Amino acid sequence: MSVNDIAKSIKSIRFGLLSPEEIRKMSVVNIITADTYDEDGVPIDAGLMDRRLGTIEPGQKCQTCGNRVGQCPGHFGHIELARPVVHPGFAKTVYLTLRAICWNCGRILLKKEDYDKYVLLMEKYRRRWPQLRHKLAEKIMKRASKLQECPYCGREQFKIKFEKPTTYYEEHPEGNVKLAPSEIRARLERITDADAALLGLDPQMARPEWMVLTVLPVPPSSVRPSITLESGVRSEDDLTHKLVDIIRINERLKENIDAGAPQLIIEDLWELLQYHVTTYFDNETSGIPPARHRSGRPLRTLAQRLKGKEGRFRSNLSGKRVDFSARTVISPDPLISMNEVGVPIEVAKLLTIPERINKFNIEEMKKLIENGPDNHPGANYIIRPDGRRIDLRFPKDRKTIADSVEIGYVVERHIKDGDVVLFNRQPSLHRMSIMAHRVRVLPYKTFRLNLCVCPPYNADFDGDEMNLHVPQSEEARAEALVLMLVQEQILSPRYGGPIMGAIQDYISGAYMLTKKTALLTREEASQLLISAGYDGELPPPAIKEPEEMWTGKQLVSLFFPSDFNYTLKANICQKCGQCKKEECPHDAFVVIRNGVLISGVLDKKSIGAGQPESVLHRLVKDYGTDMGRMFIDKAFKLFLSYIDSRGLTIGLDEEELPKEAKEKIRMVVEEAEQKTAKLIEIYNEGLLERLPGRTLEETLETKIMQELEEAREKAGEIASQYLKDTNSALLMARTGARGSLMNLAHMVACVGQQSVRGERINRGYQNRTLPHFKPGDLGARAHGFVYSSYKDRLNPIEFFFHAMGGREGLVDTAVRTSQSGYMQRRLINALQDIRVEYDGTVRATDGSIIQFKYGEDGVDPAKSDHGKAVNVDKIIEKVVGAGVI
Amino acid sequence: MVKFDILKHELVPKFTILSKEEVEALRQTYGIRKEHLPWIRKSDPICKVLGAKPGDVLKIERNSEVAGKSIAYRYVVPG
Repeated sequence: MSVNDIAKSIKSIRFGLLSPEEIRKMSVVNIITADTYDEDGVPIDAGLMDRRLGTIEPGQKCQTCGNRVGQCPGHFGHIELARPVVHPGFAKTVYLTLRAICWNCGRILLKKEDYDKYVLLMEKYRRRWPQLRHKLAEKIMKRASKLQECPYCGREQFKIKFEKPTTYYEEHPEGNVKLAPSEIRARLERITDADAALLGLDPQMARPEWMVLTVLPVPPSSVRPSITLESGVRSEDDLTHKLVDIIRINERLKENIDAGAPQLIIEDLWELLQYHVTTYFDNETSGIPPARHRSGRPLRTLAQRLKGKEGRFRSNLSGKRVDFSARTVISPDPLISMNEVGVPIEVAKLLTIPERINKFNIEEMKKLIENGPDNHPGANYIIRPDGRRIDLRFPKDRKTIADSVEIGYVVERHIKDGDVVLFNRQPSLHRMSIMAHRVRVLPYKTFRLNLCVCPPYNADFDGDEMNLHVPQSEEARAEALVLMLVQEQILSPRYGGPIMGAIQDYISGAYMLTKKTALLTREEASQLLISAGYDGELPPPAIKEPEEMWTGKQLVSLFFPSDFNYTLKANICQKCGQCKKEECPHDAFVVIRNGVLISGVLDKKSIGAGQPESVLHRLVKDYGTDMGRMFIDKAFKLFLSYIDSRGLTIGLDEEELPKEAKEKIRMVVEEAEQKTAKLIEIYNEGLLERLPGRTLEETLETKIMQELEEAREKAGEIASQYLKDTNSALLMARTGARGSLMNLAHMVACVGQQSVRGERINRGYQNRTLPHFKPGDLGARAHGFVYSSYKDRLNPIEFFFHAMGGREGLVDTAVRTSQSGYMQRRLINALQDIRVEYDGTVRATDGSIIQFKYGEDGVDPAKSDHGKAVNVDKIIEKVVGAGVI
Repeated sequence: MVKFDILKHELVPKFTILSKEEVEALRQTYGIRKEHLPWIRKSDPICKVLGAKPGDVLKIERNSEVAGKSIAYRYVVPG
C-alpha cells in the first residue's frame, strides 16, 4: 500500500469520556454470568466469553459481524453495575470538582461578578491561548473551593476530604460523613454545561458525572484470549479473571439489595465492588493491596498492560521486531575497509534484497536462481509480476525456473559483497551508533569490523553482539549510502573533530614507524607499502650509503595529499618551558609541508580517535570523507604492518627499576610518612590551623591526603625518569596508545592512597580500620595508603584496602550507567521531534520556535573546527604554508 | 526590602516591547503566528517592570559567548 491508497487522513484526535449511553450503544451483550465455558467447553451465553464478543478460535464465525478470526475486530460487551463506582483514573478530578461546586444546587462556588469575569476570560483563552485553558480551570477550581456559602442557594458549604484512592468525606461539625458514589454522581449531575466548561471540561465530550461509572465496558475476547495448555486445561487471561470478580460481586450486591439486606452489608459489598473496579483499571494503585492470582502473582490489569518497558507503548508501538535483520558476535578484522562489515556466509544466505530483472542483469539473475537458496551468491524467492511468489527451496530443477524468468520479475537474492546494510550496536546513544556499511561476505560465524569504528559504536570484542539490517528499497539504500555511510560519520557532531581514528596498536605503530630511528631497507619498505595497498613508485631513499635506506616518515608521507600542510605538537611532547620547535629533542614537533612529514612523530594527537584539530581532522575536513577513508584504510595498515614486523610487548622485567631509583622512591615515601606524622603531632597538640569551611579533623584529613598524593606523584616521576626509553609500557603511555604514566607508576613505584567516598579509608572497626592498628591511629598506613607497587606486591593489609577502593569503583560504574541511561532516555524523549529548519531556526513539530538561530551562531558542530565556525590559524597556515603555533 | 531596578542588573539583558509594525515584520520574516514564539508569563518580573500585556512581543538583545550578540523574542501570555 502506498501513501496514495490511504482513503482518509487523520486531522485531529479528540479525547473524551464514554457516557453510559455510549457504552450501552457499542455493547453487543449485557454480561451477567461470571462463568466462561460450560463442561463441554462451549462459551456460555451472556458470560465473559460470549460468542458475540468476537471469535478467538480459528474457523469460527463471529456471531456479531460474521467475520473470521483475522477479520473480526472483536466487539465490546457491558456490565450494568448495581451501584455506581468512582472511576479510579478520575478520582482526583472528582475531588477537585466536588470542592468547587455547591452540594445542593451544583453551581460553581463563585460570586456573580467573579463568575462573569471568568466566563469572559475562559472565552478569551479559548480563542487565543487554548493551551492555557486548563491552567485557568485550575485557578477557578482553587478559587471556588474557598467559599463557605453558596452565592446561589445560600447553603452552607462543607469541606471535602479525599482519601486515596477512591474515598471521599464531608467534614460536618458533627463529624465526617462518607460520600457514597451515588451521592457524588448526583452532585456532578447537577453541574450545568456552562459551569462544566469553566471547570475545564467539554460537556459535549465529557460530562462530569461520567467520571462515576454506572456501566462498565467489557473488552472483546480477542483482547483477553484464553490459552489452552497442552494438558487441555484452559487458562484465562488476567483481565478475564478480574472481570469475573467484578461480575460476582456485582451480582451479590444486586441480590442483597433486592432482598432488602441491611445497609451495612450493602455498603461492604459496594466497597468491595469499588476495589475490584479500581484494581481492574490499575493493579498498582497506591493505598490498596494489589489483586492477586491464585498462585500469589499480582494480576496484570489494564494499566499494567500499557505501562513501562514491557508495556504496549514501549514494547509494541515504539519498538517492534523486524525482518531482514541479523545479530551475532563481533570480532575485529584490520584488513577490511572501515566502510565494510564482514558478514558470515550463513547470514548472507538468509538475508535477501529484492532485485528487479532487467536486460542488463538477467543473465546474472538466472545464475543466482540456478544457485538457489543453499549456495552463496544465490536467491531464495522469485516474485512474478502478478505477485505470485516462487519458493526456490523445494523445486529440484531450478535450471528450468531460471530459464523461464523474464524481465520484470523480481528476484530475492542473497546479499553479496558491496551491498549496503545498516549496522548497529546498542545502546544507540548517538547517530554514529547506526551506520551504513558495505557487505563483505566472509567465512566463519561472526560479524567482522574494522577497528577504527570501535569508538563510535563503543564496541570491544569481549563478547559484544551487534545487529545488522538490510534496507529493501532503492530509496532506502541511497539514503543510507549518502547519509549514514561510515566515512560520512568520521567527523562527530558531538565536538568538531573525528570520532574515528587510530587506537591502541595503530598509535604505537605510527609512533614506532615515524620515529627518527626507524630506517628501512628496500625490501622492508616495499613490504610495508604493499601491505598498505600502495601501488606508486618508491621515493628516493633518504640514505644512500652504505646501503639504501628509507625513513618511516617518508613512507607515511606517501599517503598525504601533495599540498597538505600542518603543524602540531605530538602527544609525547614533554611541555618544555621553551619550545625548540623543529629542533625538538623528542621529535614531538610535527611539521607537514607539501604533503611531506618533515619532523615529528605521528601519535595520538595527530591521528588518534576523538582528537580534534589533528592531522586526521584536517585531512577529512579539507580533502573530504573519501580522503579520510583512504588514509584510515591505507596508511593505518602501514602502521599495523610495521608493529607486526617489529613486535611490541611488555614483560615483568621491563618494570624493574635500578637500585638507585628504588632508593629515591623509598626516601620520597618515607619523607611523606614523616610529614604525615608531623601533621598528626601538630593536630594532637592542638596547633593545627583550620582551613576555611572545614573542621579541624577535616583539615587534617585534607592535608594528609595532599601530602600523600604528592608523594605518589613524585614517586611516579622518579620512576618514569629511570625507566629505559625502550620500555614498551612507557612508549604506549607517552604516545597515548594505552595506559597512562599513572598506571605505570602504580606498577613500578607506589600504588598510593586508596579511597572510599573520596576520603581516606575510615571504616571497619571502632576507631580503627583493621585490628592490626592501634585505635585512633591516624597514620597513612592505617588508612589505606599503599606503599608498595604492584610489582613489589602488596602486603595483605594493603591488598585489603585496595580491594575496598576497587569495589567502590565497580559499584559506582554499575549505578552510574543505569542512572545516566534513564536521564538520557528522558532527554531524548523530550527533544526527539525538534529540528533545525532551513532558515536556521530550531523548531518543534507545530512550527513553534525554540531557538531563533541554532546555538545562537548557527554553526553545525560536525562541520565546525572544534565548535568554531572558522579556525583562522589553520587558514593562515594553509595559505602561508608555515605554522603559527 | 529595597526596591531594586532589575533592568540595571548586569545579568539582565535588554528587553523592549515591539511595536505593532515590528511584530508584523517579525511574523513575516519567520512565517509564524505570534503563538509560535517562546512564551513569557505576564507575571514575570521583566513584564511587570516593562508593563507588558498579554499579546505583546518582547525583544531580548543579549551578549552571547558564541555569537557576540544574539536576539530572541518572547510572546507575553497571561498568568
